[in-house]
Amino acid sequence: MTLEAIDGRGDDARGRAEAADMPLAEPAFDIFAEARRQVEICNACRYCEGYCQVFPAITRQTAFASGDLTQLANLCHNCRGCYYACQYTAPHEFALNLPGVLSDIRSDSWSRFAWPTGFAGLFQRSGAGIALALVVALALLFAAIAALPGEGAGFYAWLGHNAMVAIFAPAFLFPIAALAIGIRRYWREVGGKPVVWRDLADAGAAVAQLRNLSGGQGQGCNFEEEERYSDQRRWLHQAVMYGFLLCFLSTCSATLYHYLFDWSAPYPWWTLPKLLGVPGGILLVVGTAGLGWLKTRADPALGSPANWNGEMAFILLLGLTGLTGLVLYAVTGTAAVGSILALHLGCVLALFLLTPYSKMAHGFYRMAALVRDAQVKSGRVPASSGQARR
Amino acid sequence: MGTSDRDDIAETFDVVVVGGGNAALCAAMEAAEAGRSVVLLEGAPKFYRGGNSRHTRNFRCMHRGALGPLIDDYLEDEFFDDLLKVTKGETDEGLARLVIRNSEQCLPWMQAHGVRFQKSLSGTLSLERTNAFFLGGGKALVNAYYATAEDLGVTIRYEAQVRHVGLEGRRFTHVDVDIAGQRFRIKGSTVVLAAGGFQSDIEWLARAWGPSARNFLIRGTPYNRGVVLKDMLDQGAVSVGDPTQCHAVAIDGRAPKFDGGIVTRLDCVPFSVVVNKHGDRFYDEGEDVWPKRYAIWGRLVAAQPDQVAYVIIDSRSLPLFMPSVYPPVAAETIEQLAKKLELDPDKVARTVREFNDSCRDGDFRPQQLDGLATEGLDPPKTNWARPIVEPPFYGYSLRPGVTFTYLGLKVDGEARATGADGPYENVWAAGEMIAGSILGQGYLAGFGMTIGTVFGRLAGKGAAAHDA
Repeated sequence: MTLEAIDGRGDDARGRAEAADMPLAEPAFDIFAEARRQVEICNACRYCEGYCQVFPAITRQTAFASGDLTQLANLCHNCRGCYYACQYTAPHEFALNLPGVLSDIRSDSWSRFAWPTGFAGLFQRSGAGIALALVVALALLFAAIAALPGEGAGFYAWLGHNAMVAIFAPAFLFPIAALAIGIRRYWREVGGKPVVWRDLADAGAAVAQLRNLSGGQGQGCNFEEEERYSDQRRWLHQAVMYGFLLCFLSTCSATLYHYLFDWSAPYPWWTLPKLLGVPGGILLVVGTAGLGWLKTRADPALGSPANWNGEMAFILLLGLTGLTGLVLYAVTGTAAVGSILALHLGCVLALFLLTPYSKMAHGFYRMAALVRDAQVKSGRVPASSGQARR
Repeated sequence: MGTSDRDDIAETFDVVVVGGGNAALCAAMEAAEAGRSVVLLEGAPKFYRGGNSRHTRNFRCMHRGALGPLIDDYLEDEFFDDLLKVTKGETDEGLARLVIRNSEQCLPWMQAHGVRFQKSLSGTLSLERTNAFFLGGGKALVNAYYATAEDLGVTIRYEAQVRHVGLEGRRFTHVDVDIAGQRFRIKGSTVVLAAGGFQSDIEWLARAWGPSARNFLIRGTPYNRGVVLKDMLDQGAVSVGDPTQCHAVAIDGRAPKFDGGIVTRLDCVPFSVVVNKHGDRFYDEGEDVWPKRYAIWGRLVAAQPDQVAYVIIDSRSLPLFMPSVYPPVAAETIEQLAKKLELDPDKVARTVREFNDSCRDGDFRPQQLDGLATEGLDPPKTNWARPIVEPPFYGYSLRPGVTFTYLGLKVDGEARATGADGPYENVWAAGEMIAGSILGQGYLAGFGMTIGTVFGRLAGKGAAAHDA
């Protein structure tokens, strides 16, 4: 441990810091100083070790550079177990709110890492921004359907396959490229090392079971029931995640049918696009409705209250995407296909384009944080981000 | 609280539980499960509910074979020997063995009432056989018990400070309680007293211990002011435990006056020199490993002028102990460090120099008694005597931190309290309020929770079985 690491502590609020003659790090980011103060108290206590991966990660270090805090923040799944178990939350003078401060650091990190820089803040915070993006996407789709000729059966009669590809191939590839840049920036800040398969397997297992919302023993988290445990958020989140993946696989299978087998939509109910897509859509709708409802019952102060609108709008957009997809199937063969198609594709377009800049990005950063944690847990690499503290 | 609450508590309860920590909750749950109407009166507001239990982290438990998170065996005789070592015989063997024997079946009972356990915390491997750690610590246990008690129909009142326990001869009749500033009388067929010790009443502490107690810090809840204990003693209840003594450990001198809890501990004394405000050493810092010495350092510091001492280490020792909650004071020279600590720089530098000059060559092994002792130094340092020479240098202030007081009510093996004329008819007591019988001196990690759980359950069962 170095002198600067010890003295870089930024909590001067109560006049406790004894390091007056050392410069403080990141004067621009007060939340880092506050997070460091809180994490150091946690590291002296350690009662919460069994809840999630954040606390074991804390105990592997004694000094916390900003890159370390960014990593802890993205590792935190906001289960709130630590908050309700904490003897030091306000009105105690230590005033810990670790889920809150890590939430702030997390959302700040997504804004900083987003490419092009500056976009993210808007859509993370602003429900209106997301709504506006949706309106623009919808207008684009309605205009495209009105202007471009249909070619083929089913919904292709309204918007031809080639036109769809022309719109959605870039709308799919651009967010991937943007996210890749963001994740690369993240990886550099937290001091990530080359990834091996075992890291991915470990992180993948954590994601598959959403282990970090399990409360450590499967009893669940403390999101909407406060001091009591509830596993609802984990189940609902996994409904959304697996629902989304099924919908994505459905689209992939349709693409294969189209190009490999020269078999165009519409597909009957027993084909992969429908067998994957319909359950996927239902899971997406049920899961997002449930998550949105839980969000209204949870204490906003333990997250980032400024992002509440943006997060809620994102949940609704995701649910609307699933719902319009199901409705589109239901109205097959009727005159409503044209408008429902525009609604559905408009949602998909907005969702894709906003992915790097909205709550949607969380999945990618969390995965990166879990991979990074797996590296450190394996003992192959040092726990510290290795980031110089000035 | 509105008038509806007043109506609410105008009724008579089968069991009135005074206090809101672990023992009180265990009693309330047992009585409610036996079908009794129970009211629990917690003096603290909801946030601070749970007394000192909210600062605890584990439960010492006898067991034959693996049990919950515990490994191997921890049998009655070994447990009792551990207790004898810390209390130096100041224990009631009958009650102590009762607690120890009952602890084994308490662990599954605790789980059934919502408590979750976790593996021994990092840095506490030595306890993985003897102490079962609560997932999330004591406040999570308290939360679980309150939730279970609510589900069992226990009436819970916060900010309910009991001022007087009504007794007619050997018979309990009612309590007078202030709830949110208003006085109420609550009648009950039985009462369980589990309202803790008096350590947060600084004036009482100063009368008992001496004026220097005003400089002590209180590690736990500010709500254990001994009001109920004093009321009972004033009415002739028989006491146990040394009325002048408290359990105090050496903690970070910058800790809050109350409620600093676990994080204010400092584990660096064995790797340091410790001086008083005059810059003089006063005791062997390396006498034994810290878990066996932190308690006596509470008394040592209490005996120093202004009840304060200063630990000084060099940069090599910083990684050797659990991180501190406040960063250490740091400087490039001992003189600068002394100045920052508001000590006489020349004096402290001389003390450290004398210590350094008396260190011998040898293997420094921080994890065990390494026998690396000073030569010709008074007082000596008998282990880990490595010169303090590598800058930067770090310093912490130390103050006595009071954990609990020993004075309490005498109880029998059924947790019944005793008055001047023999056992009361319908008064039980549990928790810190009676722990002085069993822990007459010293402390054994996690044993307070064991006493509270065993006696809380006994008291709740006894009160529930009482025929009014």
